[in-house]
Amino acid sequence: MTSTTANETNPSTDEGLSGTARADQFADGSKFEVDILMRITRMGLAHHWRMTTAVVATIGAAIFQLFIPRYVGQAVDHAQGLLGGGVAAGGDAHAALWTAASMIVFFSVLRGVFSMMQNYHGESIGHCIGYELRLAFYEQVQRLSFSFHDKVHTGDLITRGMLDLEGVRMFISTGVIRTLLLTVLIGGSAYFLMSTDAVLGLLALSFVPFVAWRSAVARLKLRWMWLLMQERLSVITRLMEENLTGIRVVRAFSAQKFELDQFEKASEDALGVAIQRVSVRVSNTTVMSFAFFASMVLVLWVGGLKVIDGEITVGRLAEVLTFMMLLQMPVRQIGMMVNSFARASTCGVRLFEVIDRDPRIKDRDAAPPLELKRGVLTFENVAFSFGPESPDTRVLSGVSFSVGPGETLGIVGPPGSGKSTIAHLVPRFYDVTGGRVSIDGQDIRDISLDSLRQAVSVVQQDAHLFTASIENNIAYGDPWSDGERIARANRSAQLHDYVARLPGGYETLVGERGVSLSGGQRQRLSIARGILSDPAILVFDDSTAAVDAATEQRIRVALRDGQDKRATVIISHRLGSLMHADEVLFVEAGRVVERGKHEELLALGGRYRDLYQLQSRPGIDHGVDMPGTGGEP
Amino acid sequence: MSTTGGGSHPPKAVVGSQVSQDEEMFGRAFDGQVIRRFLGFCWPYRKSLCVAIVSVLVFTASQVAIPFVILLAIDNALVEGRQDRALLEMIALIFAAVVILNYGANFLQESLVGCAAERVLIDLRRAMFTHLQRVSLSFMDRTEVGRLMSRLQSDVSALQEFLESSIFAVGDLVLLVGIVAVLLVLDWNLGLLTLSIVPVLFVMRIIWLPRAKEAFMRAREANSIANGALAEAIHGVRTVQGMVREKVNFSLYDDRARQNMLAHFRAAKFAQINVPIVDTLTGGAMAIVIVVGGNQVLGGTLDLGVMVAFIFYVQRFFDPIRSLTLQYSLMQRAMVSGQRILEVLDVKIAVEDKPDAIDMVTCEGSIEFRDVTFGYVKNQPVLRNVSFKVAPGETVALVGPTGSGKTSATALVHRFYDIWDGAVLVGGHDVRDVTQRSLGQHVAMVLQEPFLFTGTVFDNIRYRCTDASRETVIEAAKAVGAHEFIEKLADGYDSILEQRGANLSLGQRQLLSFARAIVADAKILILDEATANIDSYTEMQIQTALAKLLEGRTGLVIAHRLATIRGCDRIIVLQDGEICEEGPHDALMQAGGLYAGLYTLNYASFDDVADDVADSLIGTAGTT
Repeated sequence: MTSTTANETNPSTDEGLSGTARADQFADGSKFEVDILMRITRMGLAHHWRMTTAVVATIGAAIFQLFIPRYVGQAVDHAQGLLGGGVAAGGDAHAALWTAASMIVFFSVLRGVFSMMQNYHGESIGHCIGYELRLAFYEQVQRLSFSFHDKVHTGDLITRGMLDLEGVRMFISTGVIRTLLLTVLIGGSAYFLMSTDAVLGLLALSFVPFVAWRSAVARLKLRWMWLLMQERLSVITRLMEENLTGIRVVRAFSAQKFELDQFEKASEDALGVAIQRVSVRVSNTTVMSFAFFASMVLVLWVGGLKVIDGEITVGRLAEVLTFMMLLQMPVRQIGMMVNSFARASTCGVRLFEVIDRDPRIKDRDAAPPLELKRGVLTFENVAFSFGPESPDTRVLSGVSFSVGPGETLGIVGPPGSGKSTIAHLVPRFYDVTGGRVSIDGQDIRDISLDSLRQAVSVVQQDAHLFTASIENNIAYGDPWSDGERIARANRSAQLHDYVARLPGGYETLVGERGVSLSGGQRQRLSIARGILSDPAILVFDDSTAAVDAATEQRIRVALRDGQDKRATVIISHRLGSLMHADEVLFVEAGRVVERGKHEELLALGGRYRDLYQLQSRPGIDHGVDMPGTGGEP
Repeated sequence: MSTTGGGSHPPKAVVGSQVSQDEEMFGRAFDGQVIRRFLGFCWPYRKSLCVAIVSVLVFTASQVAIPFVILLAIDNALVEGRQDRALLEMIALIFAAVVILNYGANFLQESLVGCAAERVLIDLRRAMFTHLQRVSLSFMDRTEVGRLMSRLQSDVSALQEFLESSIFAVGDLVLLVGIVAVLLVLDWNLGLLTLSIVPVLFVMRIIWLPRAKEAFMRAREANSIANGALAEAIHGVRTVQGMVREKVNFSLYDDRARQNMLAHFRAAKFAQINVPIVDTLTGGAMAIVIVVGGNQVLGGTLDLGVMVAFIFYVQRFFDPIRSLTLQYSLMQRAMVSGQRILEVLDVKIAVEDKPDAIDMVTCEGSIEFRDVTFGYVKNQPVLRNVSFKVAPGETVALVGPTGSGKTSATALVHRFYDIWDGAVLVGGHDVRDVTQRSLGQHVAMVLQEPFLFTGTVFDNIRYRCTDASRETVIEAAKAVGAHEFIEKLADGYDSILEQRGANLSLGQRQLLSFARAIVADAKILILDEATANIDSYTEMQIQTALAKLLEGRTGLVIAHRLATIRGCDRIIVLQDGEICEEGPHDALMQAGGLYAGLYTLNYASFDDVADDVADSLIGTAGTT
């Protein structure tokens, strides 16, 4: 069973804004639950020392626990024997009582210490695994390609990385260790009981097969419900997250009621499953307890008859019953154990689906680093499509160009023409589906990703701000750069003056909890971030759209310094940004339809010229250099 | 921590939130307030909870009865000299009856409490979510979504674990009381002697509690820090990969995850130290029964059955204590989570309908500001004595440098915030006198950054107006010129927008948000124009769409583009929270003030005018 089940059976996916949990992304990850549980257990076993201690402590705790009824039985017999037989061995009986009592205290202390070690180590192994899984998940999130992140909702990933991880982590203590404890306890009791009295022993243990059968049945049901529940919860998560993120839209449209209705519906769906889960769990655990007590009734009845018939002593019967009392708690815990199995395997499927996913974009085996000679970026007949390659789905086809140090390539075109996709292909955020992209003649698929991305910087359209100081945000690509370099990059991006005026200066916190920057300021920060590391190839992906023309002009002038060593690609819809480029490509529907210098393209009288005329209408400013533009300072 | 690169100084890098949350964690005492308020949430389920309590009592009684039945059997039918087969069989039958009763009560208590717990949790989450729909926007602006989400999720699920286990806890407590009672009734002296170990336990707990509490809180805190860092990585993954920050982030995260693990080790130690204490005391109590009770049996002053029953009870006596101890960390977490949930529920609702607020059914579409003074922080007004009127059908542009108060002014029309002084009137009514819902029906807003929800294009356009037909939606899309590109999407209007429309360009998203405003069909439209995110093609469409959008509506536009500004009937120039110029384009140009200065500079956006330029303009405006 895969995680798509719930999605398909969830009617809310068809209507409203709810639904569409991207479970189908994981459709191929069908795994057997036993594999999952074994895998978690293996992770636990890797912590040899802790695991050994935990196992020894568990076995010890169970065995010491089993000694206690033995001495209880002896004590009863001593008390009883004297009373019944009237043997005048009072001194011996007293001594025997004292012995039994001290043995009980002794074993109780041992049992306590061993239980403590069992619990502590069981839990700490869980935390060790949790730590390893966290790192693995984090690393994987960073590794997975853009195509994965495009499709999987962030809320879904967060749920997997937090809640599912918890479920897996807890399996060692609530699943493995508890199973071991129960096995030793029940097995040990069986041994003691059988050696005390075979018939009574069998009766006392008659609940075991029933409980085992019920557990197996319940586990399957519960597992299915966990899966369903997880899916329903992620719908709620998404609803809440989007609502809170878009709270201004919600308020602007006075859509609170609408949002609440949606939430209500999703909640009802989840509640239905939750209630069902409760009923499965409860009917399961209670019937197990019932079976246990029923066998106790049998023991009392048959055992009582045996006592009357003189086959066994009252002490023996008391001993058997004490054993059974001891098992009462563990039997109650079988239910929890089953639940833990179901939870761990469900959560495990969801977690490992992410962790095991092979990133589409990764280094080839032993990929050498990029050997940067001059820094010439070349696209050769590049084709690209997001889905399976076919002429219909192509976003780009037949794109070729070359740009070397000191050169600037401009790319312009209508929205959706594939401009940004070109930018994304340079640092290999996606792989081309045809042709090749190379730097200094080296296919970028043949060199290591790190070296490629260090050489290439793409200044994105939407700058992501991290909740950190402005300085940390600018130094994102090179955290070791000194303040001087950061300020220089920031000066080039024309943001320095603004930052310097903030009360906190470069230490000012930005991002979700910090000061908010305007769109233009964010883009300028993004530019500063992009140029900080002085990349050999710099791509501006419409990254000055929110910056006014005059400021952009100043940025351009500031960037001229390092330009002779750098290949620059400017993608923009504003002709003013790229009219000085050495070559301009006009892209439409994924193809280069016109190319040449600004003047040549104007002379061509094609689409570029139309656009130019559109943008040169008086009064509309698109940064086309016109008389009166407040340009260079 | 090993980070790559190396250097003489530590990296300028962090992952996750940098703001310490300590004060929040320890600010409030562990109080009954939390419990009391949560009981309020349980109130709607009082009937089933009452039944549950009865079943808990029956269940516990049957639990207590089981050793008692065994005692009866031993003393009356099995002890030498008093052996009685018929009586044994009778007692066995009684035992069977008790067991069946036990089963029924057990089933009832667990199902009822379990279901009630699930419902209470949904109610809690709903209460928080509903409340967040009403709290002031300034609170929402200040608060990370991730933090709220952690309250809506982790804290609620911590409570869930607690409520589910509380089923056992409640029964355990009753069992405890029941056992104490039976012990004392069976044999007062032996009972008291056996229970003498209980004070020892209490003393131990008092020493243990404060330290353990601190350890648990630290663990929880470490957990939320690590989770915050993970969420950040997920949200910013594109930048992370683009800037090759994987290795640095990984080692920083490693550090956080390790701190989390260590904090949990410590918490586990505190939780487990109890186990041997409880076990030792159990052994001690049993030893007392055996030595003292055994001697009494020898002396003939105590029945053997009573002694056996005592041993059973003593064993059971510590079971509830043990499980309560094991559940202590759950309870602790639940308390903290409860406090955090209450904090959300206690956030003040800044803007509320008056009890006698009227439903504004019709609205002719006028807007008026009368001496409005407003700010977010005390003594720092963002708007000062702002007065202006917008007649029905008129379009007014608000322009001015960043921080001049334009966005705040538009937010007031929709009553996102309450003002300090003066009055904002919409359709002749003070916005504080009408219901927010009816106000919202007459005022539509298009925000600067278009926000789309996961879902189909169709659902995004019609959004709240679920009764809008497909035709209406298509009509609106056509009006703003979005129809063409929507049709080109894989499933047209039914295409799913992945990740809030990340698969669309900003311009396209902008157009969708326009269409959404058209469907909402309000008399007043407030538009915060995108600074310059839109390409020239879409720009053309948007200008046309804007005209369409404003047709027959009152418009208040935060305008950045000269084309938009010139299309407006009147222009209000804001500067430092005050209106400095007002009038049509031509008049303002002639006046030669700030507006004329900005205009001749030919900036794309007045917002982004570098501050020094603005300053010099204000200077020149003053002197000319």
